[in-house]
Amino acid sequence: MIGIVDYNMGNLRSVQKAFDRIGAPAKIAANIDAVAACRKLVLPGVGNFSKAVNILKSNGLFDELNRAVKIRKVPILGICLGMQLMADFSEEGGVNGFGWIKAQVSRFSFSQKNLRVPHMGWNRLLIQNDNTLFKGIDPDNFYYFVHSYYIKCANQGDVLSETDYGNTFVSAFRHENIYGCQFHPEKSHDAGLKILKNFADL
Amino acid sequence: MLSKRIIPCLDVREGRTTKGVKFKNNIDIGDPVEMALLYYEAGADEIVFYDITASHEKRDIMIDVVRKVAETIFIPFSVGGGIRTLEDMRDVLLAGAEKVSVNSAAVKDPEIISKGAEAFGSQCIVLGMDVKYVGKSEKIPSGYEIVINGGRTYMGIDALKWAKDGQQLGAGEICLNSIDADGTKDGYELTLTELISSAVDIPVIASGGAGRPEHLYDVLTAGKADAALIASMVHYGTYTIAEIKSFLDERGVKVRASW
Repeated sequence: MIGIVDYNMGNLRSVQKAFDRIGAPAKIAANIDAVAACRKLVLPGVGNFSKAVNILKSNGLFDELNRAVKIRKVPILGICLGMQLMADFSEEGGVNGFGWIKAQVSRFSFSQKNLRVPHMGWNRLLIQNDNTLFKGIDPDNFYYFVHSYYIKCANQGDVLSETDYGNTFVSAFRHENIYGCQFHPEKSHDAGLKILKNFADL
Repeated sequence: MLSKRIIPCLDVREGRTTKGVKFKNNIDIGDPVEMALLYYEAGADEIVFYDITASHEKRDIMIDVVRKVAETIFIPFSVGGGIRTLEDMRDVLLAGAEKVSVNSAAVKDPEIISKGAEAFGSQCIVLGMDVKYVGKSEKIPSGYEIVINGGRTYMGIDALKWAKDGQQLGAGEICLNSIDADGTKDGYELTLTELISSAVDIPVIASGGAGRPEHLYDVLTAGKADAALIASMVHYGTYTIAEIKSFLDERGVKVRASW
């Protein structure tokens, strides 16, 4: 069963409905026992990085997720803030994340370019590796983004896709059983549902 | 590169979509969930629902609509109209909306923006602004004044200042509606849109006045808007979203051309 980790950082209903739609039902996992029972996990979330870390540490899910991902090697998909939480460190609050992937999270800063922050709307992926999440994906598709911080991976080999906004940033990565996407596949029409299907089929 | 968004707007009263001119003469044009699905399949980048149900007691009808929409379409959508409290925001977001827009409640109590942003994140909070041109004065230096009650009540607040204040308070986006242009099909208020878009860092959705694809081209280029709201030009089948997008695409405006 796929478990969608609920730690009070945003609405999970759309993620759950998207898995329903692709025929891979997922349940909400809001406590240690529920997470421990899942064989595949989705870590969604919108909002503030340090607030998310605080909640996960105070309710015990931080340690349980570490066990699931590092010991049980459960495949996990981080979405948006959930993806950023997988990194070593974020400028947002200046705190450490899970450190499952060698990466840092920084805020967009466009002093010269007159670009909006947040990066909000539909953008493309420059796909670097289409073996897993992006299997069978049309490279012309667009995906829905909404974020003010972005991730920088230390190892280019972990990068699945980049996206152009001012500069290019990492829009999806994979490291062993750990997957992340900055965009919202559950809000990205058929193209996004296909990515969730690819994850469900792993 | 980020694409410009084309956003159909559905006015919903007691669970049915309506369309009026300058907030008057509303007529029933369909089921909001069915219309959302049609626009989803037709290439809408996002959908805005504006609840014009008069009675606060009947708000549960809208929550039910939001819930059904969230099961049906997989693109972002926002809900505005009658949002007064954090509890109203929470109800809409938990029912599955991506964003919630506050308008007159924020004018009366600006703290609702900061409280909403704190509780749910800035990306959820859209500041809806209804604006009328009143001429430049000492009190309204830009000449554009904030109005509420569908344009009937002037609030004595300069629209330019209010947009900047809204961003400062934590709004993640502005939906800028010109009451003068609304329902005219003569085009968006370009001067106003350019003024506000240039003054804030957050995205701006232009609203009011769309009648032809050229109007969207104008507001997304000269008006510097990030997104354009449309209603009657698609509600009655005058144009499809695909036609509007190919018009824009051919003229070099980046849009999500395939879906």
